[in-house]
Amino acid sequence: MNDGNGSEMPLIRMRDVRKVYPHPAGDVVALDGVTLEIGHGDFIAIMGPSGSGKSTLLNLIGCLDLPTSGEVSIEGRNVRDLSDDELTELRRDCIGFVFQTFNLLPLLNVVENVEFPCILKEGSRGCEERFLPVLKAIGIERDLFSHRPSELSGGQQQRVAIARALVNDPRLILCDEPTGNLDTKAGSQVMELLMDLNRRGRTVVVVTHDPRIAAYAKRKIEMMDGRIV
Amino acid sequence: MVIFFEFAKRNVRLNWLRSLLAVIGIVIGVVAIASMGILGNSLYLSVSDTLTNVGDTIVIYPHTGTVSGGMQGGQSRLSISDRDMIEIERTISPSRAIPVRTTADRIQAGREVTAATVYGLRPDDIPVLLKRREGAFLRSSGGAMVGMRLAETLNLRVGSGVVIGEGGESLRIVGILEERGIGFDINPDYGIIVTDSWFYQKYGNSDWNQVIVQVKDLAQIERVKDALDQKFNRREKKFDILDTKQILQTILDAFNRISTFTVAIGGISLIVAGVSITNVMMMSVTERTKEVGILRSIGTTKRGILRMFLYESLILGLVGSGIGGLLSFIGGYLALAIMLQSTNYLFTPSSLLYIPFGMCFGVGVSMLSGFYPAWKASNLNPIEALRHE
Repeated sequence: MNDGNGSEMPLIRMRDVRKVYPHPAGDVVALDGVTLEIGHGDFIAIMGPSGSGKSTLLNLIGCLDLPTSGEVSIEGRNVRDLSDDELTELRRDCIGFVFQTFNLLPLLNVVENVEFPCILKEGSRGCEERFLPVLKAIGIERDLFSHRPSELSGGQQQRVAIARALVNDPRLILCDEPTGNLDTKAGSQVMELLMDLNRRGRTVVVVTHDPRIAAYAKRKIEMMDGRIV
Repeated sequence: MVIFFEFAKRNVRLNWLRSLLAVIGIVIGVVAIASMGILGNSLYLSVSDTLTNVGDTIVIYPHTGTVSGGMQGGQSRLSISDRDMIEIERTISPSRAIPVRTTADRIQAGREVTAATVYGLRPDDIPVLLKRREGAFLRSSGGAMVGMRLAETLNLRVGSGVVIGEGGESLRIVGILEERGIGFDINPDYGIIVTDSWFYQKYGNSDWNQVIVQVKDLAQIERVKDALDQKFNRREKKFDILDTKQILQTILDAFNRISTFTVAIGGISLIVAGVSITNVMMMSVTERTKEVGILRSIGTTKRGILRMFLYESLILGLVGSGIGGLLSFIGGYLALAIMLQSTNYLFTPSSLLYIPFGMCFGVGVSMLSGFYPAWKASNLNPIEALRHE
């Protein structure tokens, strides 16, 4: 499992993680004893049919959720020991999320969406020197800056979402079906972008059920019924 | 943080109709509270202005035992002697004691005849106790002053002659009094004022029917009253000592209660407005659940979410209260102009105070109503919120 990045402390370490969702008709076991390590600079594709627990796994890695049992630690910090504010801070500073449905904030324009995490972190505006290079690197034209998300194509929206994920310079980028709502061309552009980011040292985790997308990754993890197979 | 305020502002603007309705609720509530308050307070003020001697007077009557009617005086054999008067003056010094002789008699002016109260006052006391509208103050026994209403009734002017009682000498009117309203001491509006010496010659009564004490310092009123009680009523009750402040207070208290009641009715409408804000905010939270999920996933704290939604209800509250404050000023002005025919009482601090009071209440209710939805939003599970469509 350890891909041995030379670092003594992996970015993510999961040990015997279970996640059970209580349900009146019987508890749903989403993760059933997952052990996984993700090193710095990794590019991992998590694959599996729907309901196999891959999104749950991603949510746990992304500190959006806590395990029912087992241990999840990020750079050696056990998520159980962190308060909600500390987890939120971790998401803001160390993790960038990219979603299938882009999840841009409809009330904000392109620039505002991208600079939002930066404002959350720095507390004020003036994040220009941070978001301008990011937008440039992602390839978003200046004339789109004042557009609202609804005025953009899917590919453009996903680029903006990736720019947003990158603005605080996170170590880890988590993508849940990032190309699921895009056509083939836009999809492969997004994947090229993610590969490029990985080459520049960022750790990327992509959840997908599309083998062509998984082919971009250095490492593939197959999931079935809440277990890694 | 500015960004959350910006968020709230945009959301209010996006759902402008819904926001407008909530704002209207607050406007109505604030206007209800503020204009009811202004109206009540103005009524209170106008009543306390109508009633004279606002609190600086103590009135002494001979004690009538269980027999009531001391306030009318006159016919009772009980009276206050000159010796009592000296004692009274000594007790209340340095305040001023004004002794009054009272009776009721037939008044004739030309062919007009009526009955009126006759007051016998020492000439020195008259300018202290009463205000003059026309003519001069009474100085000698040959003349009389009349109350404004009586002067109207009998068509009296300065220089006219009146006859008091059956077939007496004619007295010349030297002055007409300013209207005084309902007093607790004397009511000269329908009365006639003569000198104490003329009164004595006419009715042969050397005693006094009542003594009006004008206390120099309002704060001393209790002390003076207690001193009088100590002096005269220790062994047996000799005098009834009324302090007009107390009487006035009873009446004003009643008005105050009415005023509080009307403001409370206004408050109810503001509470209804609060419920509508809660409703609007709940809708806003439900609609924006996914947005909350996104915000949480990219690193917004619970506090940030809470603040964003509270700002929204704050905006509604501030706008509603601002408009409400303005409208209640206009509304109060119109209500007073119609009901009291005078808007003077609007521009007193105690009336105007109801406007900021209503506005603060409006903002407070909005914040309070927005708190539960905001709290609920901030505690949404980020994953479930993200999945929400």
